[in-house]
Amino acid sequence: MTTTVTPPAPTSGPSLGVRGWLRWGWRSLTSMRTALILLLLLALASIPGSVFPQRGTAPERVVDYITANPTIGPWLDRLGMFDVFAAPWFAAVYLLLCVSLIGCIVPRTAEFIGVLRRPPVKAPSRLSRMPAFETTTADVDTLDRAEAYLRANRWRVRREDNWVSAEKGYLHEVGNLLFHLCFIFLLVAVAVGGLFGWSAKVIVVEGTGFTGSLTQFDSFRKGRLVNPDQIAPFSVVLQDFTATFQESGQQRGAPRQFEADALVTQRPGAPEVAETFSVNDPLVIDGSKVFLVGHGYAPEIKITDADGEVVFDDAVVFLPRDGNLTSAGVVKLPDLEQPFALTGLFLPTAVIDPVMGPVSVFPAANDPQLFLGAFDGQVPAGGNVYTLDTSGLNRIGTEALRPGQSWDLANGMTVEFVGFRDFANVTVAHDPGRWFALAASVLVILGVSMSLLLQRRRVWVKVTGDSVTVAEVAGLSKSGGGKVHDDVREIAVTLREQGK
Amino acid sequence: MAQLSNLMVYASMLVYTLALFLFAASLAARRVPLAAKQKVLVGAGGPQTVEADPGDDPGRRSGNIALSLSWLGTILLTIGFVLRGLAAERFPLGNMYEFSLAAAICVALVYLIAASRTDLRWLGVWVIGAVLLTLGLAVTILYTESAQLVPALKSWWLVIHVSAAALSGGAFTLSAGFTVAYLLRQRAEDRGTTDKGLASRLPSAERLDALAYRTIAFVFPVWTFAVIAGAIWAENAWGRYWGWDPKETWAFITWVVYAGYLHARSTAGWKGRKAAIISLIAFSAFIINFFGVNFFASGLHSYSGV
Repeated sequence: MTTTVTPPAPTSGPSLGVRGWLRWGWRSLTSMRTALILLLLLALASIPGSVFPQRGTAPERVVDYITANPTIGPWLDRLGMFDVFAAPWFAAVYLLLCVSLIGCIVPRTAEFIGVLRRPPVKAPSRLSRMPAFETTTADVDTLDRAEAYLRANRWRVRREDNWVSAEKGYLHEVGNLLFHLCFIFLLVAVAVGGLFGWSAKVIVVEGTGFTGSLTQFDSFRKGRLVNPDQIAPFSVVLQDFTATFQESGQQRGAPRQFEADALVTQRPGAPEVAETFSVNDPLVIDGSKVFLVGHGYAPEIKITDADGEVVFDDAVVFLPRDGNLTSAGVVKLPDLEQPFALTGLFLPTAVIDPVMGPVSVFPAANDPQLFLGAFDGQVPAGGNVYTLDTSGLNRIGTEALRPGQSWDLANGMTVEFVGFRDFANVTVAHDPGRWFALAASVLVILGVSMSLLLQRRRVWVKVTGDSVTVAEVAGLSKSGGGKVHDDVREIAVTLREQGK
Repeated sequence: MAQLSNLMVYASMLVYTLALFLFAASLAARRVPLAAKQKVLVGAGGPQTVEADPGDDPGRRSGNIALSLSWLGTILLTIGFVLRGLAAERFPLGNMYEFSLAAAICVALVYLIAASRTDLRWLGVWVIGAVLLTLGLAVTILYTESAQLVPALKSWWLVIHVSAAALSGGAFTLSAGFTVAYLLRQRAEDRGTTDKGLASRLPSAERLDALAYRTIAFVFPVWTFAVIAGAIWAENAWGRYWGWDPKETWAFITWVVYAGYLHARSTAGWKGRKAAIISLIAFSAFIINFFGVNFFASGLHSYSGV
């Protein structure tokens, strides 16, 4: 038989064995050491999430990474390295930590309530062994004065014949429990947001709009418990978008102001309201928020066929490729009698670089030009609307156009660069857990501050001796920190001064 | 005005350099073990040392001059920081250069205020060294011309979130200094070699451990606040309060490892040296978050201007 805490020997009865093992497992899980190791594991487990590209934030970079590393990439993928924060092993660590946390705070709360209901502890027999200890001469009133002093300074006091015991700083433990409890609440709020929240990305060209429905979103991420039919039926029309940029200096071209004017309809039939939103200042519609996160240009292209019939006339979203908004886009017309396609580069401030070719040198439209390539052949229907696979197509011409200019192709078609509009990248998000998360966060800060800045401590004053009476003042910190030394000194000095 | 700001920053670096030399001289000259002047905790078995006459300590004078110079350097640096804000007509926290200035001011101020309450002249070399290193990086590779903010940073949360982060950086640096000193001193105490070398000029390991803990106990709520303020801002700018952006991930790692340190201090078998090492790991996570993430990871926090 051993006396240390070890798993129960298998010789004990089978039912007791299982229960014993469970008890041992639970005790190990809820011990401080396990919590500590789980905390360090959690930190370690987060690191790959910042080393490898993540699907949640940059899915296209994950694809690039796997293409660039064909041997190790798929293995990393199998291990969940591209989706660390949704990986089962990451979840295992934080769920174990949560269980450990709950297993720690429940008994601690019970214990703390017990402490509150009992009077302060008895004075230890040898006060001189306490970390903080002072002595002073005493008279018959010393204990009364000590009691009065302690009560006046809001200690919880227990008075006996020849000693006084007092405790203070219960808010330290309150803060400690509040912090750990609200940390759990915070995780619950995050989970609620994940289950009931949704977010969508939309590209809106000036003059057009979108409604809060699935078909209108370019991409949509929803929690498991979201009914996509019940998404807020608002509509937003982007009337005007303005962007200003740094005109000179080292940071020339850096964005300075983005602003969008919109007409908002809260629900079908409601009045239209003009609102402005910008980065850091989202639209709030019926519990959802509409954020401005980016912008670009959409050239207006008009295509006329050989018979003079307009076969295409629209603003086409060109995706920015660099900080100066060199933007690329395509037009695909696979359904024409003679299928036709355009690839283009839109340059807000165009120059022809001897090495890089046509490139934009400033993000604002100071000298906008559209560089087009025209193709016929088997134009693929569907697929990515921003790119064109030109293999199997015949290039039938290239041209550079300024707004208002037209291009007559050899096959009789005419392409006109009518003008251009801005588009805005918009994120629409709905997170029903966010107020809950905010409240929990505020309490987390409050709790952790109380726990770390307040100190729980005990002091005792004891009168000893027969002829020359001595008062012993001693203290013990229950939470770490040196405040109890100041307390003990303060009490001793007070007793000494009042005794004179 | 931006040029005047640069001038002030350079002037402060000059003054700090002088202070650094004097701190080093003070440390080298200090022959009296510092423990002698610490208040010995009452209780049997404590080291009974005789209080030394302060006049005996040849390092005292240069240490005091170094402290005064550090104050002067900090004032110059603060003027430079304020001028930088006036030049751009905004709060000067818009890029890594400005953030580094703020962090340097915070490191220096946290140290100088702490030093006015208790004798910390022995720590001056570490602190002013860290300040000079930060400023050196700032004026060389991080330097960015004074300019307007990008739209994403135009928010009051910038001031709240970034100044809380800078203050945390200051206190984390200070605590790392205490912790390194603690490890040195503890080793010397274990070997019984506290009478020679650098360790003889340091306070007792117990005191260093307490100083390190107190600094982290003060800063951990501030850092918690900085992270949460960042989350609130992110919710208002990007549509989600937490998205595991690299900066967010490393802020989380820093927080978790410091939380680990706080738990380690009250776990049997982890007190002392192991806890100290956890605290240094946490500090490296903070440094990775501060410098590394901006240079090696691409994410939403790419405002460094570099």
